[in-house]
Amino acid sequence: MILELLNQFMPAEVAFYVELVIIAVVYLGVFALLGLFLVWMERRVAGFFQLRLGPNRRGPSGLFQTVADALKLVSKELTATEGRDKFLHGIAPYFVIVAALMALSLIPFSAELQAFDINLGVFFVTAVTSIEVVGIFLAGWASNNKYSLIGGMRSGIQMISYELSIGMTIVTMTVLAGTIQLSEIVEMQRGGWFIWTGHIPAFIGFMVFMIAGTAESNRTPFDLVEAESELGAGFHSEYSGMGFAYFFLAEFVNMFIISAMAVTLFFGGWLLPFEIGADIPFVGAIIFVVKTLSVVFLMMWFRWTFPRLRIDQLLTLEWKYLIPISMVNIVVMAILVWLGLTF
Amino acid sequence: MSYFKDIFNAVKTLLTGMKITGRYFFVNLFTRRDVITVQYPDNIDTLKMHDRFRGEVIMGHDENNMHQCDACTICENACPNGTIEIIWDKEKNPETGKTQKVLLNHIYHLEMCTMCGECIEACPSDAIEWGQNFHHVTRDRSNLTKSLNRPESILNPNFVKSKK
Repeated sequence: MILELLNQFMPAEVAFYVELVIIAVVYLGVFALLGLFLVWMERRVAGFFQLRLGPNRRGPSGLFQTVADALKLVSKELTATEGRDKFLHGIAPYFVIVAALMALSLIPFSAELQAFDINLGVFFVTAVTSIEVVGIFLAGWASNNKYSLIGGMRSGIQMISYELSIGMTIVTMTVLAGTIQLSEIVEMQRGGWFIWTGHIPAFIGFMVFMIAGTAESNRTPFDLVEAESELGAGFHSEYSGMGFAYFFLAEFVNMFIISAMAVTLFFGGWLLPFEIGADIPFVGAIIFVVKTLSVVFLMMWFRWTFPRLRIDQLLTLEWKYLIPISMVNIVVMAILVWLGLTF
Repeated sequence: MSYFKDIFNAVKTLLTGMKITGRYFFVNLFTRRDVITVQYPDNIDTLKMHDRFRGEVIMGHDENNMHQCDACTICENACPNGTIEIIWDKEKNPETGKTQKVLLNHIYHLEMCTMCGECIEACPSDAIEWGQNFHHVTRDRSNLTKSLNRPESILNPNFVKSKK
């Protein structure tokens, strides 16, 4: 759409690159706004859960509180420990933030609003989000701080383990959908969301996906990577100012990405049930964002309810429970699809 | 079999927890009924601290500007860090003709006070008590040295030493 507009008054090659730049800038803006909004939402929701009000002074309902916090972080001095690995310490936040940005570019906000619709969609998202663990591990290693290193090690264990059950759940849903292109997965759900058409295995898959997704985005009850009470702040304890802000924003955007994937795979993306208001432009994007924020709220609900797991409990949960369940789940789903028992 | 029982119990207990916190959330989202924090600078006129709040040590005076301190200095001795200084004199009581101690100045150094409450517990005549004020910010620390008895105040002749 933008490309056609640009083609009218500049040569085709130039227009192509200009379009790339425009989309990149738009996504960077969306990324920052999304991060700020989610941080505000987290604090506000946490307030209500704990019988408080949360931020309520700057702007309507305290909406600009996080903007003020971000400005503070931008203006802060960048400090660092002695004996750190300068290069790795500097580059680590960019691994995390670039991984989150690349995954964000694949999220199908609506039929028109998707920057990068490749036929490997789901696979690409899982591949890109696992780059993030490299950034967190580098941050822990390069900080020259034992607590950071423990945090980084734990993130390695945790994110690589839970990637398995996320992957298997995605395979389960792929069996049902018959495609791994994100926009087509949504189109397949025009007759009914997968959580309905796939009934039992899809529901089990959703539960496994939410547990593993919470662990993937390093949130409580799986926040062993940060573990304020034992590790300070874990892998990012030696970052200040923007370095810290990158990790912080990326964490929240990752939560959004996990929720967006859950909405795409289970809750019909930009579609309402029974095709109400299906193809009005931009309504789809609003529906998608509302659905995603509901799933984000579910993750916040987990955070303010459950206590943190110990590392051995974490691994028991993954290897003894989630992986066997999701393996059986794939088989059940395959049999259901084979016998045509889906709705 | 206990494997499936564990999974079932785990899901059940997790949902129980989520039910409780979810009730907190939605009640507060729609009614703000249970919010226990206060909006501090806005409610400064109506703010009432709870009874056990320790803001500062004050001396109670009745409507005739009378207090109950007979300058026994038990509070001065009870204070672990020298916060209280009592300046007193001996005067002849016109009614009974006995000489007795009279309080001239009950000096309270708020800047040294740790709000431990030893003085108030030790006081045999309930002359000093906890005040609710917590607006102690000042530019000069000499403002924190206070005289607890009001000027021209006298000892209440009718008070009874209740404790000890």
